[in-house]
Amino acid sequence: METKENILLNIKNLHVWYRVYGGYLKVLNGVNLIVRKGERVGLVGEAGCGKTTTMKSILQILPPGDFLIPKGEIYYKGKDILKMSFSEIQRLRSKEIAMIFQDPTTALNPVFTIGTQIGDVIKYSIALEEKKVHKEKLKILSARALKEAYLPDPERMLVNYPFQLSGGMRQRTCIAMAISSSRNLLIADEPGTSLDVTIQDQILHLLKEIVEKMGASIILITHSLGVAREMTDRIYVMYAGTIVETALTKDLFQNPVHPYTKGLLASVPKLSGGGIARGIPGRIPDYLNPPQGCRFQSRCEHATSSCAENPPQFVEVEKGHLVACYLAQR
Amino acid sequence: MTQPGNNEILKAVNLKKYFRIGKNKKGPIFVRAVDGVNFSIKYGETLGLVGESGSGKSTIAYTVVGMYHPTSGQILFKDQNIGMEAVRRSLSLKKEIQIVFQDPSSSLNPEQTVEQILSLPLRIHTRTSKRQFREKMVELLEKVELPSDYLYKLPPSIGGGEKQMVAIARALASNPSLIVLDEPTSALDVSIQAKVINKLMNLQKELNLTYLFITHDLSLERNVASRIAIMYLGKICEVADAATFFEKPLHPYTQMLISSVPVITEEEEKLKPKKIVSIGEIGSPVNPPSGCSFHPRCPYRMPICSEVDPEMIEVSPGHIVRCHLFSMPEKTGSKEV
Amino acid sequence: MRNLSGGQSNSSIAVSLARPKSLFWTNLGRNWYKFSRNPLSIIGLVIVLVIIISAVFAPWIAPYPEQAGPFVDFENAGQPPSLQHLCGTDNMGRDIFSRIIFAFRGALIMAIVVLALAVPPGVLLGLIAGYFQGGWIDTVIMRITDIFLAVPPLILALAVASVLEPNLMNAMIAVTVMWWPWYTRLLYGTASSIKNEYFVIAAELTGAGKFHIIFREILPNCLSPIFTKIALDVGWVILIGASLSFVGLGQQPPTPALGQMVSDGARYMPIFWWMTIFPALAIVLILLGFNLMGDGIRDMLERGMG
Repeated sequence: METKENILLNIKNLHVWYRVYGGYLKVLNGVNLIVRKGERVGLVGEAGCGKTTTMKSILQILPPGDFLIPKGEIYYKGKDILKMSFSEIQRLRSKEIAMIFQDPTTALNPVFTIGTQIGDVIKYSIALEEKKVHKEKLKILSARALKEAYLPDPERMLVNYPFQLSGGMRQRTCIAMAISSSRNLLIADEPGTSLDVTIQDQILHLLKEIVEKMGASIILITHSLGVAREMTDRIYVMYAGTIVETALTKDLFQNPVHPYTKGLLASVPKLSGGGIARGIPGRIPDYLNPPQGCRFQSRCEHATSSCAENPPQFVEVEKGHLVACYLAQR
Repeated sequence: MTQPGNNEILKAVNLKKYFRIGKNKKGPIFVRAVDGVNFSIKYGETLGLVGESGSGKSTIAYTVVGMYHPTSGQILFKDQNIGMEAVRRSLSLKKEIQIVFQDPSSSLNPEQTVEQILSLPLRIHTRTSKRQFREKMVELLEKVELPSDYLYKLPPSIGGGEKQMVAIARALASNPSLIVLDEPTSALDVSIQAKVINKLMNLQKELNLTYLFITHDLSLERNVASRIAIMYLGKICEVADAATFFEKPLHPYTQMLISSVPVITEEEEKLKPKKIVSIGEIGSPVNPPSGCSFHPRCPYRMPICSEVDPEMIEVSPGHIVRCHLFSMPEKTGSKEV
Repeated sequence: MRNLSGGQSNSSIAVSLARPKSLFWTNLGRNWYKFSRNPLSIIGLVIVLVIIISAVFAPWIAPYPEQAGPFVDFENAGQPPSLQHLCGTDNMGRDIFSRIIFAFRGALIMAIVVLALAVPPGVLLGLIAGYFQGGWIDTVIMRITDIFLAVPPLILALAVASVLEPNLMNAMIAVTVMWWPWYTRLLYGTASSIKNEYFVIAAELTGAGKFHIIFREILPNCLSPIFTKIALDVGWVILIGASLSFVGLGQQPPTPALGQMVSDGARYMPIFWWMTIFPALAIVLILLGFNLMGDGIRDMLERGMG
């Protein structure tokens, strides 16, 4: 097994429920996910599978009062985030973990300049160490951060408002804000999805370069398997609140085991033609009354009675390749 | 429905659509959304229109369907001029051309039941009696594989893929011959997209439909379209049949776009042209660059490219390109993939 | 979940497609859940129910119902609040608590009538102006609306009410006249933004007529802001009504009206404070109740996640 020091983030058996009319939406049903130092991890899943909920749990930004975490821990550098004090979490958000949101247009405040917004981020992170920063120094640091993200003419950019920037430039600004103090873990939620393909390409390569340069780890949330394949070392496939399969990226594409993974891969249209598979029949389970055992059973052509009793545990089918499916046990 | 001598159901001739957004000292300012476009669609085929934002593909879709009227140029549907807004079109024309929008959450009225949504086109375009209404609607739902109790559901309680199926059923209700699909699956997950696309393809065969299929997803277009046209800043750059488009892309923009598509198999990787990293931002349709509008981003640009806009040249049967690399007879064959 | 196979007859189709009950009632539980998230909304609802019930059953609930009409008892005049007279007695010896309860009746009637008369034309004009935004219809309707809105509301109501004979009916007319433009403005904004939604465009493209677009496509999407505003407006109409009766317009004595009671008692301040304060508090209570309940209604009607 690997050394404990190598593991940066360890989500263990995380359950998250949302309070709604009629009971609880049991969205996350035991999520297990590990991010190592310097690793690029992809979290792949479709709408409603719980990937955003998982990420929000890490940064503790779930809607207050409306959720419950009945079980599970999230260890960051050995400490459980769910038990941290408010000031510890603030420190985490400011110096350790940064999130880059999906839509750069709504992630930036339209009534403040870029300089103000990125300056605030830097000012706050410095303030946590009880230091104050001079306005001029702040400007220099802000411009430097924008330069890291290859924004043209950073000094002039500081006085611009978000509406004056294109989508690609806004996304770069968000990335600059995320890396403006040294980070160990970046969480990028569907980066570039709302942008054009060629611009998304630029953004993804920027992320790749930054992560390499900083030696940081990154969790890339995406519904696009192609993006995950190009940008990650290891992929976690998520379905209905659980991780169904995880493997090194090349292993996952060469040897998918879980029926959901296989169905997903078959549904992706190929550049080489050949038509599109039929997709996966059925729909995601009702989180209000989820099934007892495996949550994929209603859509799985290999389902047996054992699938209905207990959720399957991880089985290692090859080194580093884990599958949560009774099929893998046979 | 008689087919005219040529087998083209839709034809656009030098179509332009400009939007006036103000004026400055030099005169009025226009967004040149569509800037001189020529294409045609044959009966029963699927013409794919691809491009990024500002390319004009949605504007073309909306003009075909009657949301806009052309600034200049012609659109012909079955040899009939349809270059006017829908309010001025005949009822039979409105029946023949239908559209499916990208986001079913906004293209279906959230306060109407599926029954009410489907009854509108049935009431206007068909001679169904009140008693047969329900039967007809159930039939439509069957065509898109939705159960009949969906008639009483409101869109917010239906999932994304199923809402889009309702939108498709609504388009089919008037028995159209041409359906414009504007990014119909861009808002859907990949496994649901597969279901919807398969259904669309089956319906096309079953009902003899012609599709104008617009998307930014090249891998999807590869599997859906019989011919593909790629657009940049209001003009068509290249047209070819689907296989040729991806196996032998000629226009630098086409190559750039295909090379940035994320793929999931080695086989597809080998198919992609050499990686061209796109430089800079997409140009603005308000003030497009001079000459060939793509020249600022083009790795192969030549002096003539900033001065003269190239003509459309047919490089081989059915394969048309708008690029100076191919418009000079002595250069043909030198810059191919 | 396919449930129709080929070969089914018409009659079985009719049976299997029985229309479910109206969605509001089926969703009653969910609507109540949304309403009751904020405990203040429940407090508002309780206050409103208390007011309505006491107004409806006033003759049985009020301890001295006869004192809400022509009645004098100068021996008992000016009594401070006590167990026999919860809010004391006024300068004519009448029990203020009973009079307040009877005054609720006039207040509620005014609110119901005013809103019933003002809302439909206001909504209709706003819908039409919003749909034909940019044309002459829009200009004509909205400029007329602007004129009405430009006049301070109370002044307008006073002007109308003073021209007519002072009574409840004319007070209602006066308030109606100044109330409808607010709904026109509300609908103008809502309708003009909804008309650009894709589902409206889809209906237009397929050939739907203007009547269908305005009343079947746009209006159903405007209902939440309309009903929320109505719930909140009840309190405000009553307040304006009280302002009118404060100056002697509106409900005439001896029938009790809250504003009139405040005004009558004002000259006896501060010694006989209960004569003004309790009717004033009653007005505050009405406004508070309807406002809190209105917030809850807004939460209930808001379109959340599907």
